Amino acid sequence: MNTLEVQGLRTHFHTRAGVVKAVDDVSFSIAKGQVLGLVGESGSGKTVTGFSLIGLVDPPGRIVEGSIKFQGRELVGMPEEEMRQLRGNRIAMVFQDPMMTLNPVLRIDTQMIETVQAHDNSSREVARQRSRDALGMVGIPSPDERLMSYPHQFSGGMRQRVAIAIALLHRPDLIIADEPTTALDVTIQGQILAEVQKLAATTGTSLLWITHDLSVVAGLADDIAVMYAGRIVEQGDVGEVLDAPLHPYTSGLLGSVPSRNARGVPLRQIPGMTPSLLSLPKGCTFRARCFQAGEDCLQEPPMDEALPGRFVRCVRPLRATVPTA
Amino acid sequence: MTLYLIRRLFQALLVMLAMSLIVFIGVYGIGDPVEILISPDADQAERARAVAALGLDLPLWQQYGVFLVRALQGDLGRSFVYNVPALQLILQRMPATLELAVGATVLAIVVGLPLGLYAGLKPDSIGGRSIMAGSILGFSLPSFWVGLMLIMVFAVQLGWLPSTGRGTTVEILGSRWSFLTRDGLAHMIMPAMNLALFKISLVIRLTRAGVREAMLMDYVKFARAKGLTNSRVIFVHVFKNILIPVVTVTGLEFGSTIAFSVVTESIFAWPGMGKLIIDSINVLDRPVIVAYLMMIVFMFIIINLVVDLTYTILDPRVRLESKAI
Repeated sequence: MNTLEVQGLRTHFHTRAGVVKAVDDVSFSIAKGQVLGLVGESGSGKTVTGFSLIGLVDPPGRIVEGSIKFQGRELVGMPEEEMRQLRGNRIAMVFQDPMMTLNPVLRIDTQMIETVQAHDNSSREVARQRSRDALGMVGIPSPDERLMSYPHQFSGGMRQRVAIAIALLHRPDLIIADEPTTALDVTIQGQILAEVQKLAATTGTSLLWITHDLSVVAGLADDIAVMYAGRIVEQGDVGEVLDAPLHPYTSGLLGSVPSRNARGVPLRQIPGMTPSLLSLPKGCTFRARCFQAGEDCLQEPPMDEALPGRFVRCVRPLRATVPTA
Repeated sequence: MTLYLIRRLFQALLVMLAMSLIVFIGVYGIGDPVEILISPDADQAERARAVAALGLDLPLWQQYGVFLVRALQGDLGRSFVYNVPALQLILQRMPATLELAVGATVLAIVVGLPLGLYAGLKPDSIGGRSIMAGSILGFSLPSFWVGLMLIMVFAVQLGWLPSTGRGTTVEILGSRWSFLTRDGLAHMIMPAMNLALFKISLVIRLTRAGVREAMLMDYVKFARAKGLTNSRVIFVHVFKNILIPVVTVTGLEFGSTIAFSVVTESIFAWPGMGKLIIDSINVLDRPVIVAYLMMIVFMFIIINLVVDLTYTILDPRVRLESKAI
């Protein structure tokens, strides 16, 4: 059984200006111990997807349709108290900005112990012990002292380690990591990635790694899902997708990454801008920016298995044999 | 820390010195107390004797010098009117004002914080909106009018509460207090409510604004993602963050209640310091005015110090800087 099974998830925000379809018919699954990289531009619905999974979409947003099965249990429509017991316990989340995720006026030990005690009846001593071990596990030196510190006494990288340690306290089955390394500098980013990879491998934790950084996904994920304007447009094994993308958008994304391309050659840009989620164009939402769009793109493209294990939402997928970039 | 306290104390002395000088010159400029104090029938010789006795025959700078020298010895002068030490006169009246101010401040917090919290958590509910509308009334209704209305309703028409005076008092440590007797407490309710109305509104608005701001912060969402219960998130994570502005304003409001509760004290014939200062200004009883204002200045400095010290408890990021100038 897959750890996570998302089917036709739609999370919409009902605003005065209209309905924002932040997540529109998203399906994916993550097997035990696997890492899925969810990639897309800002505003493509990655983060809202993450929050939908743990039932923390802020009003006016709500899940209007679809199913989220976590270890076989349906999360959509689950009573709040049951959901709370899963959160931070079986499903943990790490946020993007480590400077903002820890409460500035509470000591680290308070913030960790309360997490332990929210889900079991361990005594303060036991909870403290577990918090200390978790800090040690993510590579924080002298965890006993650090437990007594306040967040402002940590650097950004250290704070993110604390946040990860908090996520690990209950050895969750799924961790949703929402761009956890974006706000960190590259060396720290590398350390944390290695750390997380090791942890996922040893504990059998599944990971949903949300990012816009393709190089991170390439090094970390087993599978990749590319999101555009609230939809997954391409999905498959990370190596295959990055080597030979089928969707023109994926290809465009890869083309605009500096390190992949030869020196002296201008980077290829995707023309135009992401469409407003309030008024998405009919048919394929990428149509207006696509170099090979045609009449048939006015039809809503279905998600197709173009190649074995390779899903793409495009009526004119790039040929797998055509070299890109 | 010690250095910090010493510096603050030194600043306090300077402020008090400046204050005394301003008041001295100010009262001198307003008018001649001799005209008010000495009966018009008195002959020239009697007049001269009285003026000399009060020390008013000296030039202003000498009068001020004498005052300073005596003040350093702890003597702030004798009241022209009552011929008792000014400080003693003020201290006699202080308990009445103090208990009223404490009562009003406690009311403000006990009533204001929960209402503000509710309005902040449910800003669009009918309850939340009503609280905000009510707080506008609390802000804008003049306190003398509210005082009169309170008397009209609760004393005259319903006859529930006494309208004037302090009622039965109990003597503790040489001062008389009302709040320890049933009757005294009944006398206190209306004036305290009258004083508290503005403060309640202030606390409501501050709390609501703080809560609304804090609820959007990442650390609140992260606390939710950790699986904490709603009440833990609100009463620990949100609450501790909004207390700083509330403490600041409550502190300053407490000070100004003690210093300037003149209107309420007059309406309810509450024999506190407010009435004393107004009477003293009417007869230009300079020693009382100077002593009173210096005491008020001193009190504000103490309150500010306490507020600053409270910050360090509430917000670990605040450190009192103790660098020498």
